[in-house]
Amino acid sequence: MMYVWAFIVGGIICVIGQILMDAAKLTPAHTMTVLVVSGAVLDGIGLYEPLVDFAGAGATVPITSFGNSLVHGAMAEAEQNGIIGVITGIFEVTSAGISAAVIFSFAAALLFKPKG
Amino acid sequence: MLSMSDKTEPKQNQAYQTFAKQSEPSIPIVFNCVKAFLIGGALCTFGQGIRSLFIHNFDFNEQTAGDPTIAVLIFLSVLLTGLGVYDKIAQFAGAGTAVPVTGFANSMASAAMEYRTEGLVLGVGANMFKLAGSVIVFGTVAAFIIALIKTIWIQVTGGSL
Repeated sequence: MMYVWAFIVGGIICVIGQILMDAAKLTPAHTMTVLVVSGAVLDGIGLYEPLVDFAGAGATVPITSFGNSLVHGAMAEAEQNGIIGVITGIFEVTSAGISAAVIFSFAAALLFKPKG
Repeated sequence: MLSMSDKTEPKQNQAYQTFAKQSEPSIPIVFNCVKAFLIGGALCTFGQGIRSLFIHNFDFNEQTAGDPTIAVLIFLSVLLTGLGVYDKIAQFAGAGTAVPVTGFANSMASAAMEYRTEGLVLGVGANMFKLAGSVIVFGTVAAFIIALIKTIWIQVTGGSL
């Protein structure tokens, strides 16, 4: 059942992105920015985590989860260390995603030639 | 002089606007949305498969399985970008491949590869975040403000709403 909800919820988030690009005529960069900020806001008001529990990868794979993870890391450290934790914890959860993207992209630049 | 251009320019402008609108290719929004839904949904279902794999076969739980899942997806995305496959799919899928985290990795890998000729430091290093940078900057700023407000709120009110 989780697979079905992952498909539907993930699909809907992508449709929202497509509408922002086609109907609101935003550039892809603007669209991604809007989605990331939305994810952060949704986690701030406590709505994103229930969505992850409900849809699994449908909520964690779209870029909105990046905003959610940033707030999550910041809040987790803030609970332990107070206000300074907001700064120290902000990349705590997203570290895997950013590091992987940087390392693999660097390797790709060394190994591959751009096509077309 | 001013009055002349005042009269002619709006007219020309208007004529140009209507002309531009006519020749603008109309966007098949519904068709694009269906494609985005199917391909984005398929990508997330695939992600769910990897997530289940990490939960059942390795020592991860529901909370910690997100990180390795995203790392695997990013690896596959960068690999497909390097082979030139991802951009072909992306042309068809639109937001279906742009919105998932794979699109984020794709933008970094293609920027890194594209600027490779300008050198490792000034090319790859300086341009990798050219497209992905806005996501990180705005995500971080938004998360900072939200977490700050929430933390202060919890400290002042003691956690109750």
